[in-house]
Amino acid sequence: MIKKALTKEHFVKYILTAFALSSLLFLFLIFIFILSEGIPLFHKVGLKNIIFGFKWAPTKGSFGIFPMIVSSFLVTFGALMVGAPLGLSCAIYLSEYSGKKLKLFLKPALELLAGIPSVVYGFLGVIYIVPLVRNFLGGPGFSLLATSIILGVMIFPTVISISFDALMSVPKTYREGSFAMGATKWQTIYKVIIPSARSGILASFILGMGRAIGETMAVIMVAGNALRIPTSILDPLRTLTSNIALELAYATGDHRLGLFSTGVVLLVIIMILNYIATFAIRRRVLK
Amino acid sequence: MRISPNFVDKIVKIGLNFQAFFTVGILIAIVAVIFFKGSPYLNLEFIFSSPEDMGRHGGIFSTIIGTIFLVLLSIFIATPLGVGTAIFLTEYTKESWFTKIIRFGVESLAGIPSILYGLFGFIFFVVKLGMGWSLMAGVLTITIMILPTIIRTSEEAVKTVPRNLRIVSYSLSATKWETVTKVVLPSAGPGILTGIMLSVGRAVGETAAVIFTMGSSLRLPTSLMDSGRTMAVHFYILAREGISMEKAYATALVLVLSILFINIIAYYIMNKVTSKYS
Amino acid sequence: MPKLMGTVLLLILTLPLAFGACSSKDVQAKKRTVTVAGSTSVMPFTEKLAEHFMIDHRDFIVEVQGGGSTAGIQACLNGTVNIGMSSRQLKGEENILNQIIICYDGISLVLNPANPITNLSLKDVRDIFSGKIKNWKELGWIDRSIDAVTREEGSGTRGSFEELVMTDEEIDDGIMVQDSNGSVKEVVATDPYAIGYISLGLVDDKVKAVIIDGVEPSIDTIKLGQYKIVRPFLYVTREGLDDSAREFIDFVLSAAGQNVLKMEGLISVHD
Repeated sequence: MIKKALTKEHFVKYILTAFALSSLLFLFLIFIFILSEGIPLFHKVGLKNIIFGFKWAPTKGSFGIFPMIVSSFLVTFGALMVGAPLGLSCAIYLSEYSGKKLKLFLKPALELLAGIPSVVYGFLGVIYIVPLVRNFLGGPGFSLLATSIILGVMIFPTVISISFDALMSVPKTYREGSFAMGATKWQTIYKVIIPSARSGILASFILGMGRAIGETMAVIMVAGNALRIPTSILDPLRTLTSNIALELAYATGDHRLGLFSTGVVLLVIIMILNYIATFAIRRRVLK
Repeated sequence: MRISPNFVDKIVKIGLNFQAFFTVGILIAIVAVIFFKGSPYLNLEFIFSSPEDMGRHGGIFSTIIGTIFLVLLSIFIATPLGVGTAIFLTEYTKESWFTKIIRFGVESLAGIPSILYGLFGFIFFVVKLGMGWSLMAGVLTITIMILPTIIRTSEEAVKTVPRNLRIVSYSLSATKWETVTKVVLPSAGPGILTGIMLSVGRAVGETAAVIFTMGSSLRLPTSLMDSGRTMAVHFYILAREGISMEKAYATALVLVLSILFINIIAYYIMNKVTSKYS
Repeated sequence: MPKLMGTVLLLILTLPLAFGACSSKDVQAKKRTVTVAGSTSVMPFTEKLAEHFMIDHRDFIVEVQGGGSTAGIQACLNGTVNIGMSSRQLKGEENILNQIIICYDGISLVLNPANPITNLSLKDVRDIFSGKIKNWKELGWIDRSIDAVTREEGSGTRGSFEELVMTDEEIDDGIMVQDSNGSVKEVVATDPYAIGYISLGLVDDKVKAVIIDGVEPSIDTIKLGQYKIVRPFLYVTREGLDDSAREFIDFVLSAAGQNVLKMEGLISVHD
């Protein structure tokens, strides 16, 4: 009887180990298949000609994605310019100024909104933001500016929720100590609370960046997808993600390999960002 | 002249108030626009009739069914895998290099953007395994995509189960597996359910990973090898190709309402759990 | 431990295969299925044809998907679909496929209805898309930059446009790119300063077709050989086409099928 139970225990353990390994296996498969499709072209065309090439004409043998790398960072930076200050001030308001009831309502409400699909943001961007930019600032409207605004709004929930948690985890005694020394509320926030929540706030920005740089469908809808590096915020542009999604369905042969090379570059950038984010979070935990 | 700190304090308070309401206002406006533009066209006929003429006429029934098939099947595979992993990480091992590697794997999967899941699903399931654009390719891709969420929330849920419950169980000479199934899982259940609901929400709204694996055929999928179209993909195509703005808004409304509904249930369950233990 | 890992890997790897095995049975449904995929230019018309076809062929299911000309041709080459749709000529090794011209389609330059310009020369169009003309002032309208929209690399419509309009010039990198006829039309319909090109059959009152070198794009001018930006719509098939697909193609080429295409603004092969 005991023996039977033991073998069953073993069996269960094996199965669970298998389940746990499945995540690793999936990650491995994703890497292997994206790399094995993407790397050959780096050999054939040359790493330099892909990463620092300016010309993307895959059916004619040019696979330069430099403008898209630059554009990806531009929209991510733009999204942060829009999303970070607004998101952070919203988090500060929620953690330091709002009443308990409002907090209990607003925090989950904001997180619920994180679930709105990105295509909906993109759609509203095309309907409302693009014509606004076109009519009041010029250019086609499909632009770096419109994309930054849409992505900035999309990362609100991420930035607010994580920096709110960071601000809330600052011990009450810090605040009391600061008040006792005669500091005003803003001085306390500015000099005490924000510095001690710094790494958590940073993590919220980096995770927001991750979401912005990886966003695809909403960007295709509002970015205009032109192949040149934009010279003003009113110019259209194409990111790494939208390059893949725009052309994947049509591509064959080297053209398809080129899109996988784009995927490899994106994967590397995302992995670096993730690493930095986990690092920032881990440091906070250690503190 | 020095500006008094108290004055600065007041200004900041007003400013933050304004910014917070502006931010929240934008997000509420998004939901409001979808609601007011979509609700005039939303009726039972829209939900229960299938799209005709590329979606210009008719409703979205086949896309609702496509979404339900995709999401249910993905959850069906991802839940045992995810909960199993969480149980393994918390109950069956101590922290070691092995668990660290698995956690690293889960974290990395969580950070991969959906277009890369689409790219992977396309080359692996659609092309290499020869599934073609099919419900199955979509299901397997989405399964991998939602797995990290389920693992992480399940792990959190299992960790909150009080230690003495386990001790009591072991002292009654229950085996580990009996303890897990009869004690740990029932009390971690609601937390796990929250994770599952959040994953459902994500899968319902996903476009990039679905469109390249499941395709966009408007026909009702009748087998796992059929291509199909989810609501989110249908909305994307309607909106982008300007096929019909009315139908696009109505589809967006159904999409947003179902996701909000799913997420609200998730938060409701989570709140019940947290209030129980704290 | 290695043995365990081996078992585990095998287990997980066979999971999708097991799914594949049990679902492949479902494919042999009672209904006769014809699968068609390819060019997004041809797709809407094939959808229409399929709808008409299935009215009096009730035991048939015609499954139509986009993906683009190249993808459709590839899918046909490797047997994923019965029929591939293409809006460009086949090239290289693709030529082993059978080609069936189902109709002809004009590519029309389109402007926003608010744009007063009605007439452009082919050279104007070439200069706009190669980035030489950047402002509407140069074409006699207001001082405002031109928002030109092209299709993405690999698109059949873009291929034909490059061949018929651009000839040896390249499309400029600064020009916006959209990935379907519908999305190009949507940009032109909402932006008063935009210009794009779409299939003539898809032009409606949301956009305005441009007269090129004095010739209005229409079925009549194409039949008379006056409007030059014309390309064939192809169905491609492999050797050993199955009966269901053959029956569908026969319908498409029949008077009834061609009539459906004519109603949609395309040019029948019989004319």
